[in-house]
Amino acid sequence: MKRVALFITCVNDALFPETPKAVVTVLERLGYEVDFPAAQTCCGQMHANSGYKRDAAKLARAFDRVFGGYDAIVTPSGSCAAMARDQYPHLTGSDIGRRVHELSEFLIDVAGVEDVGARFPHTVTYHPTCHGTRALGLGDKPLRLLRAVDGIDLVDLPAADQCCGFGGTFALKNAEVSSAMLADKCANAAATSAEYLAAADNSCLTHIGGGISRLDRTGGPAAPRPIHYAEILASTA
Amino acid sequence: MSADRVTGSAGGAPAIVPAASLIPADQPFPKAAKVALGMPQLRKNLAHATGTIRAKRAKVAGELDDWERLRDTAAAVKANVQRRLPELAVRFEERATAAGAVVHWARDAKEANEIAARLVREAGAEEVVKVKSMATQEIELNEHFEAEGLKAFETDLAELIVQLAEDKPSHILVPAIHYNRSEIRDIFDQRMGDAPAGLTDDPAALAEAARLHLRRRFLSAKVAVSGANFAVAETGSLVVVESEGNGRMCLTMPETLISVVGIEKLLPDFADLEVFMQLLPRSSTGERMNPYTSVWTGVRDGDGPKHVHVILLDNGRTTVLADEVGRQALSCIRCSACLNVCPVYERTGGHAYGHVYPGPIGAILAPQLEPGRHDDLPYASSLCGACYEVCPVKINIPEVLVHLRQQGPHDAGERAAMGAAEAVMARPRLWRTALRAARFGSMPWRRKGFVRRLPFPGSKWTMSRDLPVPPQESFRDWWKERGR
Repeated sequence: MKRVALFITCVNDALFPETPKAVVTVLERLGYEVDFPAAQTCCGQMHANSGYKRDAAKLARAFDRVFGGYDAIVTPSGSCAAMARDQYPHLTGSDIGRRVHELSEFLIDVAGVEDVGARFPHTVTYHPTCHGTRALGLGDKPLRLLRAVDGIDLVDLPAADQCCGFGGTFALKNAEVSSAMLADKCANAAATSAEYLAAADNSCLTHIGGGISRLDRTGGPAAPRPIHYAEILASTA
Repeated sequence: MSADRVTGSAGGAPAIVPAASLIPADQPFPKAAKVALGMPQLRKNLAHATGTIRAKRAKVAGELDDWERLRDTAAAVKANVQRRLPELAVRFEERATAAGAVVHWARDAKEANEIAARLVREAGAEEVVKVKSMATQEIELNEHFEAEGLKAFETDLAELIVQLAEDKPSHILVPAIHYNRSEIRDIFDQRMGDAPAGLTDDPAALAEAARLHLRRRFLSAKVAVSGANFAVAETGSLVVVESEGNGRMCLTMPETLISVVGIEKLLPDFADLEVFMQLLPRSSTGERMNPYTSVWTGVRDGDGPKHVHVILLDNGRTTVLADEVGRQALSCIRCSACLNVCPVYERTGGHAYGHVYPGPIGAILAPQLEPGRHDDLPYASSLCGACYEVCPVKINIPEVLVHLRQQGPHDAGERAAMGAAEAVMARPRLWRTALRAARFGSMPWRRKGFVRRLPFPGSKWTMSRDLPVPPQESFRDWWKERGR
């Protein structure tokens, strides 16, 4: 049996258990044995991108210790994978990032599948997250996986390639600009009339979801529910 | 009429209120940006203009099969220039001098301004016409001239609008991007002095008014001041790339021409222009080719200016050159493609950046050119990477932003919080305890499913977004459970 390590990311560890569960479901369905190294914490991206290089390097070295023994590390986050691949070489000289795969990269490039046997009879719009798309170069890989899902109705998101305004600590340091970007993203999401808004990063979805939740509560237009695309791939509804 | 209209009517002639007077450029970016965000007309003008240029750029860049190779080549040429800058600058001086130009060296803005003012006086002039130039804005040449009793008249249409409005440019390529045409009409009508009666906001009518106004200036000017898009070391030539032809008038009609050129504008060989002349128009205006490209090499008998001066400007560039990561900012060819795709710039405009170079390139250039200032600018980005994707010379702007954040001073409270987070995250057992504590501590909100108000700094989040609550069962619990 083929063995892979799962890096669930700190955000999912704290807030979104359903996403890593879904990754386990999909990988096991395809015949992989999934390891969850319990000593994992955070890739260090928040520290690195906020300018705390030394702290980030410590977390990068910890990542190396936890995952160093695996040939393939799968993660449901484009930006954490990009962190390991783009920034670790400068931070610690580690090339472990080459073995870290965002889920869609692993499924399409390593496992060689697009149809993972999922069924999800709902309207879905897809937001290509910035780090996944631009830093990691995911292209349309998550979309290709979604297109192969039985019963799914995919609708285009207007101005999809525009950032949602999260940007880690940017959302706090430049809260007003970030909120203005989010307002546009939520309005575009609502305009699709989709049931779900899928993406490859729960940090971005926390941001968009937070905006949509606020809209819902304050009488804004009905907007789609945020969902990590891994959860759609796990579904056999 | 919205509150932020640059020209607001108060009975009679609409008052002209320059945007730069409303947006506090001396304040940190988040504060200045907040003011700009509250100006609906400004945001509408910006979104419309950036959206239009963005689409044009994408179309014409997409036409070239070798676009990516052109970008790689341009980046390589610029990196080569940065390695050989002293040698190339000296070669340029030799060749330009041999062709009859006079080359001056300016360590900083002050030196450049003094040289320029002296040259104007020596030419027996008190006023100059100007070609659109970022370098002269960077050194605040117009302001220096004014203090010296000299007048500088901008002749680029958008720069003219900004100058008449007594405003500051808000964009590198389209300095008046924050004005719509009815605002421009009001500015011409009140400030031009010789605007035709009954001027409408029809673009052709506005252009014609500017044309007539500028013609009079071109015909009387003895001295012109320009910058340059490129300075070719091999031949000692300068190149100006423009759309309107007003630059060409300045470059050819007056007797004396003074060009202020940042040393990073050097190219080794004339043939290098082949690469940049494909990239620049497509990236800046979204055109396959710009209408006017002027190339001049020293002085030529009976053709063009009789006195040609070149002021080679450092003004912080050699300091930037010393930073191995940061120096790629010197590759910039001022196309402003990064501004047009930037979701931050699109919403705030250029004034909020408080520097002559706004947007993503400004966020990495300003703090490097003026060390110790503009420390807030590297944070004026969500690191979305749209700028890097379109940059014709492949400046990895997100990389430099992160690099500068790592150099810059950090707030003590933030440093403490980041240190604490690292201390927890570097210790798996402590991390798991913290997660359990968070799940326990958030129990009161679990039924509701979200938190809608947090104390500072969390309030910065909850000002526009709810925060999800940690789940009852974590992934770790689930994993342990199924392992049994």
